[in-house]
Amino acid sequence: MRSQQETEMEIFEVLQPGAYTTIQDRGRFGYQQFGVPVCGRIDPFAYEVANALVGNLEGQAVLEATVLGPTLRVKVRGVVAVTGGDLTPVLNNMALPMWESVSIQPGDVIQFKGLRSGCRAYVSVAGGIDVPVVMGSRSTYVGGVIGGVDGRPLAAGDRLMKGPGGGEAGLRVPSDFIPTYPKQLEIRVILGPQDDYFHEGIETFLATTFRVSPKADRMGYRLEGGPIKHRDGVEKSIVSEPSVPGGVQVPADGQPIILLVEQTVGGYAKIATVISSDIGRVGQAKTGDRIRFRQVALEEAHGVLKMEEEKIQTIMDSIAR
Amino acid sequence: MYDKPRFLLAGDRGLLVEFGGAIDPEINRKVRQVFLALESSPIDGVVEVIPTYRSILIYYDPMKSDLSKLKREILDREKRLGELGIPPPETIEIPVCYGGDFGPDLEFVARHNKLTPQEVIKIHTAGTYLIYMIGFTPGFPFLGGLSERLFTPRRENPRQLVPAGSVGIANNQTGIYSIDSPGGWQLIGKTPIKIYNPKGTPPILLKAGNFLKFRGISREAFDEIAARN
Repeated sequence: MRSQQETEMEIFEVLQPGAYTTIQDRGRFGYQQFGVPVCGRIDPFAYEVANALVGNLEGQAVLEATVLGPTLRVKVRGVVAVTGGDLTPVLNNMALPMWESVSIQPGDVIQFKGLRSGCRAYVSVAGGIDVPVVMGSRSTYVGGVIGGVDGRPLAAGDRLMKGPGGGEAGLRVPSDFIPTYPKQLEIRVILGPQDDYFHEGIETFLATTFRVSPKADRMGYRLEGGPIKHRDGVEKSIVSEPSVPGGVQVPADGQPIILLVEQTVGGYAKIATVISSDIGRVGQAKTGDRIRFRQVALEEAHGVLKMEEEKIQTIMDSIAR
Repeated sequence: MYDKPRFLLAGDRGLLVEFGGAIDPEINRKVRQVFLALESSPIDGVVEVIPTYRSILIYYDPMKSDLSKLKREILDREKRLGELGIPPPETIEIPVCYGGDFGPDLEFVARHNKLTPQEVIKIHTAGTYLIYMIGFTPGFPFLGGLSERLFTPRRENPRQLVPAGSVGIANNQTGIYSIDSPGGWQLIGKTPIKIYNPKGTPPILLKAGNFLKFRGISREAFDEIAARN
């Protein structure tokens, strides 16, 4: 039998929480019919790779840091990995290599010195961040005040535990697989479910380079550009229905909003839906970045998804070797 | 109601099955029946099923299911509704302490509709409300069936904090706040029942497609029920 210390150990003391740092896993499934959104990591690729690097294979919880990362004091020996957007992680003021497993010691301090690319970084620790499971997930859902630490973003003074698990330092993601996060993105979409509310609006939507507005968070990204016109004579609102992550909702002002993972219900027509493989790329965009949409067929989206899954598998195999 | 369901793509993992275009009890009844059919007779590769006002949103795993097969299976469930033994909807009763600190806008709703506060309570508790859908916040019911005699616009100045359990009216809707949140509904009372309790089993009390009735209770009864919950 494991002793209490081995199964549950305090790994981090939060000295500074950063701009917006939450605990996330793959998400909370089965409760959307009750108005509880999936939540979970926005960038699945960076999340899965962060976990794989430290030997977490069961969807363990990680930290999702946004723009300005947290300052963490290490309490026990462990192995961490930082992936996703480059928020300039440092370990005791020395560069902390990203996309690589790194060993940490009690007293070490992990910090982030500022945004260089992307928007969100993922910090995994061998054994996973251990907080109570609520409705099947550890993911923070701020709107429902559940998951993570008391259903809120991290705050100074929080003490984070880790689950059991060793991990191995020095494992790296082959450089070919490390994504870049450009400031100009092409995001693939499938038209619908309410593309019939638009006519020339669809041309505007596909021809415009939109700018990410300051209103961009885990609930959704409000874009500037267009405006996208609804078809003459149609109602601009629809009967409220559940929001699908990636849905591109067009309110009356014609400035689209990409809905993300913490949104439950929406009442505006959705011209298109971002393919699931590109939602993480949207989540790595930040205010001022440019987004253009490209229409793809469902079959192409499924093909991309299959390739993405194979890519993660290849990375896992190469790490395990 | 449409002659046959419309299938709409909601991205590469979502399929929206729409049964009609309006907010209508008959369409929602169909939604509930097909939803329960999909729960009792699940389809391979389906990850999650969500009933809405007039449609069902289905999340599927594209690696495990084929869209045309998925559509066929859904239509098959719809055709076999009769033999699947769908139970009739339930009616749940929600106790509400009206007026006072719990319902600071009861007087306003009464004045607006040229009624007395007692008449507002009588009309509100007389109604049977269809739970069309759950959402917006966890466990929040979108209810249909509010009497026209109680229609009242939202407050001009939303409150910074409306406590969970507050019962309110906004235009032609009535509802129950499921969590403490800002809000602009006219508050007429409060229930001691937790409709959203993350640690409870189940964490959410209400189900789409069922019915809800409000029952007026005293402040003493409120405190007693609150102490037990």
